[in-house]
Amino acid sequence: MKTRTRKFLGQLFTLHIPLVPFILFSLFPFYFMVVTSFKSDGELYDLKAIPFLIQRGATLEHYQLLLGNTPFLTWLFNSVLVSVLATGISIVIAILAAYSLARLRFRGAPSFGTAVFITYLVPTTLLFLPLAQVVNRLGLADSVWALILTYPTFLVPFCTWLLLGYFRTIPQEIEECAMVDGCTRFQALIRIVLPVAIPGIVCAVLFAFTISWNEFIYALTFISSTAQKTTTVGVTAELIRGDIFYWGSLMAGAVLGSIPIVLVYVVFMDYYVSGLTQGAIK
Amino acid sequence: MASVTLQELSKRFDKVTAVNQINLEIPDKEFVVFVGPSGCGKTTTLRMIAGLEDASDGTILIGERIVNDVPPKDRNIAMVFQNYALYPHMDVYKNMAFGLKLRRTPRPEIERRVREAARILGIEELLDRKPRQLSGGQRQRVAVGRAIVRQPEVFLFDEPLSNLDAKLRVQMRSELIKLHYQLEATMIYVTHDQVEAMTMANRIVIMNYGEIQQVGAPMEVYDHPVNMFVAGFIGSPAMNFFPGQLTAQNSDLFVDLGKFAVKLPKSQTNLFGSHVNRKVVFGIRPENISDRQESGEHQQERVPAKVNVVEPLGSEVIVELSAGDHIFVGRLDPTTTARPMNEMAVYFDMSRFHLFDADTGVNLAHR
Repeated sequence: MKTRTRKFLGQLFTLHIPLVPFILFSLFPFYFMVVTSFKSDGELYDLKAIPFLIQRGATLEHYQLLLGNTPFLTWLFNSVLVSVLATGISIVIAILAAYSLARLRFRGAPSFGTAVFITYLVPTTLLFLPLAQVVNRLGLADSVWALILTYPTFLVPFCTWLLLGYFRTIPQEIEECAMVDGCTRFQALIRIVLPVAIPGIVCAVLFAFTISWNEFIYALTFISSTAQKTTTVGVTAELIRGDIFYWGSLMAGAVLGSIPIVLVYVVFMDYYVSGLTQGAIK
Repeated sequence: MASVTLQELSKRFDKVTAVNQINLEIPDKEFVVFVGPSGCGKTTTLRMIAGLEDASDGTILIGERIVNDVPPKDRNIAMVFQNYALYPHMDVYKNMAFGLKLRRTPRPEIERRVREAARILGIEELLDRKPRQLSGGQRQRVAVGRAIVRQPEVFLFDEPLSNLDAKLRVQMRSELIKLHYQLEATMIYVTHDQVEAMTMANRIVIMNYGEIQQVGAPMEVYDHPVNMFVAGFIGSPAMNFFPGQLTAQNSDLFVDLGKFAVKLPKSQTNLFGSHVNRKVVFGIRPENISDRQESGEHQQERVPAKVNVVEPLGSEVIVELSAGDHIFVGRLDPTTTARPMNEMAVYFDMSRFHLFDADTGVNLAHR
């Protein structure tokens, strides 16, 4: 056998085939979602049809129902607004918190770091009841602002915890050098630490955005009017009526709802390169 | 350019005292090297001068100005870090220009100074590279260049050569010495390598346990160490120590080393007479041990020994010997006949010995 063929086969068995289960496992739900959204109702509810394939022709009727008969675009806009603002607020707070926890030596800093992590572990299913009270008192009930202000309660601990680990990997000397070179600590943070921490920050942004986008419980409890709903709650509330599930349109909503996430990942993935600190030291 | 003065300077971390009340005056344009083992407080001292650590007690002056509460950026110092600490997202030019930019230096002036520093260090062709595209030695030069362009009053070096390979280290060492002549700046250099200290310093500051053990010109601390720590730390291979007892016989003084004794020269009798019958440590450097008797006027003491190990280095031969309970090292001429496991007589040059108090380690000649 030629060495090239042998090398190809070797890579096939050691690199590519092991990936197949992972790809099937992670992409199958998405595939099923897309297939279902394009199926006609007749085929969808036929017990004899093969659920994984479209055999009787694709249709756009579910998309027409979604876009024509529900305020889906409003929900989509709400989702974008809530996710972008909540992520933005959380990242700023988290950067400052994580930096000071990672760098400044003050009494209780390590236990505070642990406390941040534990806060993140408190389930939202417990927190939404007291938070609902808070939201009502603030007069924010039934408004996207209720979500914009409550999402950071779980995004900030998460992002802080994630960035804390990243900041710790940035050599302290480059900051100290910047301070000797003429920076204040804040300037060193902005001009030296943040540019170097971009992969970590991008990672935090991606996760925060995704978590906000997918959030369900707060959006369900704090919002009741249709026009203020986010995609997750809007689609499920309007397309599940009693025991009637508009499966096709539900899946169409899910497909369209995942597009912004895909776009965000595509945009930020370019920045998500590791090894930016390479060359700083030694 | 400026002098640096440390007065009663201390640094405590929780309960650990890293630096304990040190006093030191570094005149303008001096190249002073802090040397000592890990954890002796030398780096902490440097960081306090830089302003990266707050002093727990005492005063730091740069020139006439007390800088204890001055932030690092306003102390007009430049520091080269052990791991170079280059800004990884900037190219070499920007790395070097960063400090000047922050000080709002005009662009043509920045350009001129960066190119000049790059020329001195031979890194002109690297100016548009990122740190990750550089080798260790090149990164080191950039780090030094970044300090030079600032034209600071004081340069601080924190073990800048310890990450380089041996050959490059020797080369950079001589370049830094040249640089000191060219720039005529005050330089404070921290290292654990006593060879760097000996070769580069105008004055060496030897530290241990957060305290200054001795300050002096390289040959001064080499020839006249104040205590056993300095004696053992400076010099390679290290000075040999023989614990024993000072005894007097007739009008002569001897150091009784168990199975053998060495007679001290008559000229030293007055100096050590008051220590008779005390426990002492006799110290002699490997190069003051010879395998042949010399006819000079210096008194030599013959010591019968057994050869354990022979390490030929080309220009010299390092031999490990044992005599009685003592194991010691001699640096002999390459023509030596020493062979492992053989018996041979060696001669101690009694014009170059040291005598220390066994309890305190203090050099008895310095009393």
